[in-house]
Amino acid sequence: MNKTPILELRGITKQFPGVLANDNIDLTLYQGEIHALLGENGAGKSTLMNILYGLYEPTRGEILVDGKRLALGSPSDAIAAGIGMVHQHFMLVPPFTVTENVILGNEETGAAGRLNTRTAAKQITEISQRYNLEVDPYAIVGDLPVGVQQRVEIIKLLYRNADILIFDEPTAVLTPQEADELVAIMRELVAQGKSIIFITHKLREVLEVADRITVIRRGRMIGSTTPAEADQNKLAEMMVGRAVHLELDKGKATPGETVLAVENLTVNNELAQTAVDDVSFVLREGEVLGLAGVQGNGQTELVEAITGLRRVVRGTITVAGQKATNQSPRKITEMGTAHIPEDRQKHGLVLSYGIDDNLILNTYYQAPFSRAGQRQAQAIQQNAEVLVEKFDVRTPNATAAASTLSGGNQQKVIIARELNRPIKLLIANQPTRGVDVGSIEFIHSQILAQRQAGTAVLLASTELDEILQLSDRIAVMYSGKIMAIVDANKTSKEALGLLMAGVSE
Amino acid sequence: MNKTNRLITIIVTVILVAIVAAYLWDARSTVAVLSSTLRQSTPLVLGALCGLLCERSGVINIGIEGQMLFGAFIGFLANVYTGNLIMAIVAALLAGALSGLLLAYMSVSLKMDQIIAGTVLNILALGVTGYFYQQGLTTQGKLPTVPLGPLADLPLVGPVLFSNPPITYATLLLVMVVHYVLFYTRWGLRTRAVGEKPRAADTLGINVYKVRYWNVIIGGMLAGLAGGFLTLEAVGTFERNMTNGRGFIALAVLIFGKWTPFGAWGGALLFGFAIAAQTQLQLSGAVDIPHQFIGMLPYVLTILVLAGFIGRSRPPAASGIPYEK
Repeated sequence: MNKTPILELRGITKQFPGVLANDNIDLTLYQGEIHALLGENGAGKSTLMNILYGLYEPTRGEILVDGKRLALGSPSDAIAAGIGMVHQHFMLVPPFTVTENVILGNEETGAAGRLNTRTAAKQITEISQRYNLEVDPYAIVGDLPVGVQQRVEIIKLLYRNADILIFDEPTAVLTPQEADELVAIMRELVAQGKSIIFITHKLREVLEVADRITVIRRGRMIGSTTPAEADQNKLAEMMVGRAVHLELDKGKATPGETVLAVENLTVNNELAQTAVDDVSFVLREGEVLGLAGVQGNGQTELVEAITGLRRVVRGTITVAGQKATNQSPRKITEMGTAHIPEDRQKHGLVLSYGIDDNLILNTYYQAPFSRAGQRQAQAIQQNAEVLVEKFDVRTPNATAAASTLSGGNQQKVIIARELNRPIKLLIANQPTRGVDVGSIEFIHSQILAQRQAGTAVLLASTELDEILQLSDRIAVMYSGKIMAIVDANKTSKEALGLLMAGVSE
Repeated sequence: MNKTNRLITIIVTVILVAIVAAYLWDARSTVAVLSSTLRQSTPLVLGALCGLLCERSGVINIGIEGQMLFGAFIGFLANVYTGNLIMAIVAALLAGALSGLLLAYMSVSLKMDQIIAGTVLNILALGVTGYFYQQGLTTQGKLPTVPLGPLADLPLVGPVLFSNPPITYATLLLVMVVHYVLFYTRWGLRTRAVGEKPRAADTLGINVYKVRYWNVIIGGMLAGLAGGFLTLEAVGTFERNMTNGRGFIALAVLIFGKWTPFGAWGGALLFGFAIAAQTQLQLSGAVDIPHQFIGMLPYVLTILVLAGFIGRSRPPAASGIPYEK
C-alpha cells in the first residue's frame, strides 16, 4: 500500500450546546485504503465527517488534504479539494433524473445558458462503465431501488473527481445482497486509486472490508487497529468501553401452553395481492420462534395481521385463548400482546412527543396515567423517570422529544413501553435494525429475559445471525408461505439460506 | 406521444375550432371577448408566475395579492408625480421587488410560518395603500396599444394577439422565458432542487437561502408588474383594493397549472375567459339572468377548478418548509 497520507485531521473538536461531540480527534487516511471509522450511534462519527465535508465548522482543529490546509465550513471547498460524501440518508432530489441529480451544483451550460444534459449523460455512462456502476442516466431517481440510488450518489462524487470518498453508514439501508454489491464497488474504487472512509457500527463489515480501523467512543478517539489484529469481541469492547457478550447463553427452553395460534391465515398487501398465504403455526409460553426470510416475503404483513394492523382475509388468530382475528390493536394489546414494530420512527414512536408521553402510548387512557379523562402529569413523569433509568435510555431528561434520541435509544424507549407491563406474547419485528452493538446486546438480553419469564416471543428478522442466536424454533417464510419450521439447534445457516430462497428438500 | 400530451393536443384543437366557428358566426363579439380574455388573464399570469418562482424554490407565497396592490399603487404614484410611464413601470417593479424582499426576510431568514408571512403582506398592502391614497390624483395617461405592423392587420389573430399594450406582450414573453429558465438552465435546476430537497442542494455547495431570496424577489417583481398592469395599462388610475382577489385567483391558477408556466398560462386564460364572457353577457343582455349571477362566474369557476378538476397535483416537496442548516 502506498504510504502517503492523502488526508489528515488534526485535533478536531466540536462543541455543540451542552455536548462535546468531538474531542481532539486525529485521523490519517492513506491513499488507496479503506479506513473504517467505527463507533456506536451518537459517538460522534457523523459529526466528524460533516466537519470534514464542510457542513459543520469545528470549534478547533485543522484538516490537511495532500498536505495543504483545507478551508473549513464550506461544502464547496471540500468538494473542490476532492472530498465527496455518500450520506446515510441519500442527498438526491427524487423527481429529478439521474443526470440532473449528478450535475446539480456542477452544471455545464451552452448557448443561452442551456444545460448540457446530453454531454453529462454521456459522461455518466462512461463513469458507470469504468467503475461497474450500472445505471440509466435518464431514469427518474425516485423510481429507482435503494441500491441503485446509492450508486447514483457514488457517481455524483466520481463526476466531481472526488478522490476521498466518505461512506456514512452505507449498508444500513441495503439488503444483504445489495450490501455485498457495495463491498465489491468499494474494492473496485480503491483499486482505481480512490481512498475511502467507511463509517459504520457493524463489526462484521469492518473486518471484511477495512484496511485499517479507527474506533471512536463518546467523541474521543479510542485507538486504531487492523482487521488482522482485531476480532469482533475486541472491536465491540473498544466501541462500548467494556466487555460485550456477543455470544449468548440462553439455556434450554421450557415451552408451556400455547399462547399464539395462527391457523390457515391469508392476508393481502396494499396492492390486494396475497402476501401471507395459508400460514399456520403455534407459539408456546417460554419459547422464541424466529421468523426468517428475505425482506418482503410476507413477514411484515403476517406481523401486522397478528397485531391488528392489517385485515385478515381468511383464517384465525388466537391469542391466549381469545379470538384475535380482525380485532382492534388496542384489544389485542389488552390481551397481553407487546409489539416492537419494524419501523420505529413510523410506527413505534410519535417523534415530536417527549419520551414520557411515548412511554404511555398504549396505556395513556388507563389509571394511573388518566383519571376522569385527565392526563396525570405527575404519574406520567414518574413512570418516565423510572423507565429511563431501568432501560438505560441515554437522554438529558425524560421529557426530551423522541426525535432527539439516537436510533438505539429510541428503540429502548419502545422496549421499555412494551415490556414494562404484564405480557404473554412479544412480537418483535427487526428489533435491532440500525442499532449499535451496546444496544443490541441489551435488546437481546431483554428478549431472552422475557422468554425466561414465560412470555411467548415471535422474532422476525432478516439477520440470520440474530435469528440463530435467539430462537428455539425457526420458521422460514418464502413468498407468503412458511417453507418449514425447524429446530434452531439442528439447522445451519446454509440450510436456512436454501429455505429462504424457496428451495425445500 | 404520452397520454397527457395527447389530451392537451385534443383540448387545444377543440378550443381553436370553437374560436374559428365563433368568429365566423359573430366576428365582432368574438374578437372583443378574446382580446378581453387576454387582457384579463395578464395580471393572473404574472401573479401565477410570481407564485411559481416562489414555490418552486420552496417558499409559499399567499401574499401575491398584497404585492400586486403595492405595485399598482407605487406605479400609479410614480405616474402621477413623474408623468413618465417607463419610470412608473420601473417603480411598480421595484415596489414588487421590495415586497418580495420583505417576504423572503420573513420566510427564509426569520423562518416564520409562511402563510402568516403572506398574510402580513396582504394586510400591510391593503392598509398602507388605503391610508396614503388620496382621491383626486390624476394620472398622465396610460400605456398605449402598440400594433405590431402588418401582423396587426391579420383577421382574428391580428386584433387579438398583435395589437396590445406593452405589459400584455411582455407577459406572453415571460411565460416562455420562465419556462425555459426553470427547465433548461442552471438557475432553474438549482431552484427546483432547492424547492424539492434543499439539503441535497446544500451538500452540493448551493446556497439555499440565496436561491430562495432571489426567486422570491424576482417573483415579487412579476407581481409588481401585475399591479402596474392594472393602474398603468388597464384602468389608468388607482382605487382602494383594486386587485380585488386577483392575487388569490393567481394562486388557484398556479395550482391548476400544476406549478408549470404553460399550465398556469392555460389556467389564467380560462379565468380570463370567464371574466370576459361575463362582461360580454352583461353588456349584450343576451341572456335573461340577474347580472349578479353572471358576475359570479369567475369565482364559481375558481371553486370548481380547485375542488374538482385538478386531480392529484403535487406541490414542490419542500414548499412552505423553512430550511434549517
